[in-house]
Amino acid sequence: MNILNTKSVILFAFHICNIISGLLCQEVLAGVVAIVSKEAVQHQGITLTMEGIVNLQLSSKSVGVFEAFYNSVKPIQLITSNIEVVKQGKVPGGKTEIPFEFPLHTKGNKVLYETYHGVFVNIQYTLRCDMKRSLLAKDLSKTCEFMVHCLPQKAKLQPTPVDFTITPETLQNVRERSLLPKFLIRGHLDATNCVITKPLTGELVVESSDVAIKSIELQLVRVETCGCAEGYARDATEIQNIQIAEGDVCHSLPIPIYMVFPRLFTCPTLETINFKVGEFTCNKYKSNSATVCGLPMADRCDSLFLCRV
Amino acid sequence: MAAVQWHSRARRYESELQSCGLEVAPVEFSDYHPLKSITVTDSKSRRGARKGSTSSSSSSSSSVAPDPLSSMLDGTDPLSMFAAASASESPPTLSQSSSTGDLGRGKRREKEDEVGVDFEPWSSKRGEILARFTTTEKLSINLFMGSEKGKAPSLASSAVSEKVRTRLEELDDLEEGSQRELLNLSQQDYVNRIEELNQSLKEAWASDQKVKALKIVIQCSKLLSDTAVIQFYPSKFVLITDILDTFGRLVYERIWSMCSDPHPSPDSFTADEVNDTAKETCLNWFFKIASIRELIPRLYVEVALLKCNRFLTKCGIQETVPRLTAMIRGIGDPLVAVYARAYLCRIGMEVAPHLKDSLNKNFFDLLGTFRQIHGDSVQNQLVLQRVEIPVYLTLYSPAIHWILQCVSYRAPEALLTEMMERCKKLGNNALLLNSVMWAFRAEFIATRATDFIGMIKDCDEAGFPQHLLFGSLGRSLACADPPEAERLPILNEAWKVITKVRSPQDYINCAEIWVEFTCRHFTKREVNTVLSDIIKHMTPDRAFEDAYPQLQSVIRKILTYFHDFSVLFSMERFLPFMDMFQKDSVRVGVCLSIMDVFIKHQQEPTRDPVILNALLHVCKTMHDSVNALTLEDEKRSLALLINGFIRMVSFGRDFEQQLSFCVEARATFCNLEPLNLFFNHFVVTVNQLAMETRRVMRGSHSRKTAAFVRACAAYSFITIPSLTSIFSRLNLYLLSGQVALANQCLSQADAFLKAAVSVLPEVPRSISIEGKLRSSEGFLLDFINNFLSALLVVPDHPEAGVLFLVRGLLNMVQDYTWEDNSDAKVHVYISALPLLAAMSQESYLYSIPKVDSNETLYGGDPKFLAEINKLCETLIGQVLDHLKTLGRDESIHRQGSLAFSLFGCLLAHGDLRNNKLNQLAVNLWNLSHKQGYCNTRTSVRTLEFIKHQAQQPDMVHLSDVLHRLTLQSRT
Repeated sequence: MNILNTKSVILFAFHICNIISGLLCQEVLAGVVAIVSKEAVQHQGITLTMEGIVNLQLSSKSVGVFEAFYNSVKPIQLITSNIEVVKQGKVPGGKTEIPFEFPLHTKGNKVLYETYHGVFVNIQYTLRCDMKRSLLAKDLSKTCEFMVHCLPQKAKLQPTPVDFTITPETLQNVRERSLLPKFLIRGHLDATNCVITKPLTGELVVESSDVAIKSIELQLVRVETCGCAEGYARDATEIQNIQIAEGDVCHSLPIPIYMVFPRLFTCPTLETINFKVGEFTCNKYKSNSATVCGLPMADRCDSLFLCRV
Repeated sequence: MAAVQWHSRARRYESELQSCGLEVAPVEFSDYHPLKSITVTDSKSRRGARKGSTSSSSSSSSSVAPDPLSSMLDGTDPLSMFAAASASESPPTLSQSSSTGDLGRGKRREKEDEVGVDFEPWSSKRGEILARFTTTEKLSINLFMGSEKGKAPSLASSAVSEKVRTRLEELDDLEEGSQRELLNLSQQDYVNRIEELNQSLKEAWASDQKVKALKIVIQCSKLLSDTAVIQFYPSKFVLITDILDTFGRLVYERIWSMCSDPHPSPDSFTADEVNDTAKETCLNWFFKIASIRELIPRLYVEVALLKCNRFLTKCGIQETVPRLTAMIRGIGDPLVAVYARAYLCRIGMEVAPHLKDSLNKNFFDLLGTFRQIHGDSVQNQLVLQRVEIPVYLTLYSPAIHWILQCVSYRAPEALLTEMMERCKKLGNNALLLNSVMWAFRAEFIATRATDFIGMIKDCDEAGFPQHLLFGSLGRSLACADPPEAERLPILNEAWKVITKVRSPQDYINCAEIWVEFTCRHFTKREVNTVLSDIIKHMTPDRAFEDAYPQLQSVIRKILTYFHDFSVLFSMERFLPFMDMFQKDSVRVGVCLSIMDVFIKHQQEPTRDPVILNALLHVCKTMHDSVNALTLEDEKRSLALLINGFIRMVSFGRDFEQQLSFCVEARATFCNLEPLNLFFNHFVVTVNQLAMETRRVMRGSHSRKTAAFVRACAAYSFITIPSLTSIFSRLNLYLLSGQVALANQCLSQADAFLKAAVSVLPEVPRSISIEGKLRSSEGFLLDFINNFLSALLVVPDHPEAGVLFLVRGLLNMVQDYTWEDNSDAKVHVYISALPLLAAMSQESYLYSIPKVDSNETLYGGDPKFLAEINKLCETLIGQVLDHLKTLGRDESIHRQGSLAFSLFGCLLAHGDLRNNKLNQLAVNLWNLSHKQGYCNTRTSVRTLEFIKHQAQQPDMVHLSDVLHRLTLQSRT
């Protein structure tokens, strides 16, 4: 992360040691501020600001368009902290590195939530470094996001396997059930309480089908719920869609279900007063040949509980 | 110059020989000999001394000097030391980790699991598949470069890092206008497009556009889900997996380069040694791949990156391979699935050859989905594409072969048996059966050959073509032997089916394979039957024209097993079989291979008329193929082969037949440019014949043998002029002349020698030797000297003048256009002097039994002697004239040496009691020493020689001469 100030050629950067792998709550955020310049730099002080914010956005689907536009919920601040790294003075020419450490202490009884980028809910942690300068020169500023992972759960996760059957009768989004071809798909998921770093696994068997199957897909959907004055807004968005069978697969042969949870777009199921992330669900699509029925058929299945172990 | 008078010195050759005879010095074998191998027994101690000081070593060294090389190396050279070291230990790469016993053993066991050289690599299959599965139909490539957008929801947050942003932009660039569908591509276009993609993958990677590279790979592997133009699918698979391989390698190398400092050893590192950055990058790749929407690209790309699992966890590969194996079950199209399995097996074998279980799992899964092949969706597709079932089934072969090859590689017998049983249980298993026969060990197949034949017969006729099954069986039987008793029934059963194959192409493909089995185990009778069957099938409608490669391979196979040519040519059908090769180039190729084998395996000369006739025919075919366009090298190799054949022909003591063979051969092979080879050989052979005859007749010919010998001479006389090389002609003339003379054919000898003399003026001044132009002078001088010494025994022709051959030769020498500024002519003159001197002796140095030389003809007639002397004087006059012209500065050196050689000649052959000669000799000595160019050592030796000679009673006059000769250096 560099800023190149063209006039005085100051390379102003900072580097956080543990940015990539993510930070557990209660860990210490550590890094260096680096200033590279040919000449000495006069400044009014260098400060570091750390901030953790939950941004909530109302969906236009659940409330009106205008409300969605105006009534965006006030962001919730989780953590904020400010340190002056260097007092007003001069940084000598060449490369200067100033190490820093930040303890992640929350304000009051607030809890640090895991970093998450959703459509309607965003939990984001940033670290900003500012160099204030005299009136004539521009202030230099640099921002960087860092990831926070919540603490692993103490309790041991109970695997909760679930069996499912898909037939024309179980489908939800069809109108004329009589037009559907007959088919029977059985399967099971190994667990609905999933560890976020481990894949979702299971098996699926096509027992019978009147028409040739074109494709079987696995859809991961997340549900975000925001609370506001008017009530709750609940929205589901697709995160990932993975094909597990292509073409007319062999009948009565188990086909594996396997999906890796994408990083960044998923987080452990979270429920607070103001918002709720989670209730991930897994849908199974079955697309039959287009001539028989125009739309793909979907079977909504099971809500998953994600956690970190 | 008439002032010079020549008198030859009288010689007594015998006494001279005795006095000159070298003393026989007994050789002591214990003595040091430079070429004797040195056995240094005490090299150790001496070496130490050498290190200490050189002086001590020289004082201590005995008569046997130590060889510096061997003493340095202490008996063994570094290379063999390394070899010995590596042979005793495990290979160097493993030696590091094998320090602890347990670990080492584990490694070694792993080593056994690895793929050895006996595993046929994919690269060898690759070309075969590309050549076999082709199409003339139009193909299409459908590339949606931007279709991955859906799976990556936009990162529209405020803090997207710059890197991510540039990547997204890159992504956008690709999307714009990158969705294209290329229709109506011919196969070649298609291949080119794929190759272009491969290039752009490499370029993208090199320019750090990793996202683009991944996209290209995903798009390519997506093409594999498309089974339009199904005949081309195997080739498409090969082309696209090439790209995947490239990609896999690039990613692996990149992550590998991130683990630098310290580099773990490339073969045996563990995940613990990999640093975090590398791990994170690797993990990133896997996350990216895991989110690929479509099944087939996800599968293929993950397989391509299988090796990278080693960076993450120790047993990553072990866990991934079974998962991928199960994932393939999701592929509905059986053909696509089976190729995906083949790819997984291939990468699996490369990365983790010890994971046999998942290979087996793959195969059993394949068996489980086998019924899909006959499912409705496949049938519908085939109808749509108008592809026959047998053709469709053969598309599976490469993949199933490969899977089975991986599975059966070093697999225990029990497993193979189990697999076979499983295959048997499936209905219509011809396809599997075929692959089993291809991939399993040949020995395994061979011992059960009869069972297999039974199974093949049970197969459905409409499915997989039976002749292919028999072809596969034959291939196994060609490598391994079935039980002795079953061989004939096997051949009979197999041939019963093969002979019923309708299409000549299918027939010959299958028959070609079985020829090997037949040749291997049976006699010429069976092979002959097989040949006649092939002829019967291939002759109608000139079907053989399309099957030359197979027919050629039949011949090759027969030749590898039948080295005895008398057996080979006694097969009735062999020559008719040869007649099927009617295209010239093919025919010549076959002839070449026959001659090759003949020359390689024929140990002793033959006179078998069958072989000779057939091979003469074969050679004639080769010879007749030569035309103006034939390359020089080809001609040379043809000539070598023909020559090899001619050399192998010997009729023993039947000289006449040998001569007539030579005549016939000469008539046959008159077209080939490097004729020198044969004709040289012919002439030499014929001369040998003549000499052999003479030996048999003990020197005195009967009338019959005399006529034969004259016929030989005539043959040579006729043959020689066809030779192109002038020097071979000259030498052969001389040789033949000598042989004729030895056989008392005087007039023939005269004719040969005269011919040689008459050819002399044609000698060019420079000839090309091995492509370089060289002056011919040296060769010519050599020849003339040789010729001169032969002339001594040639008697003068009664009708021609005295010494007419010598005169003729000298005249030719005079008229020959020598090189400018050359002394060659004078050298000839000087060397003619000893001949003339020898001729004037009472009894000659050598003579030919039963041939009267000039000594007896003239009996020392003074007129004859005078003639000789006159000739000598002329020669000396010429030499002196030449010496005078050499008086100028630059040629003084030459003048000196010429004068000295003339002096030597006078000294050896002239009678120096004659004052004039004596004076001339002294003058020449002075002349040669005047300029000081003379070699002093030679001069001193000469003086010593004269001194030595002068001690003999009749040589006293030499001491006078000695007084007058002064050495310049001494004065």
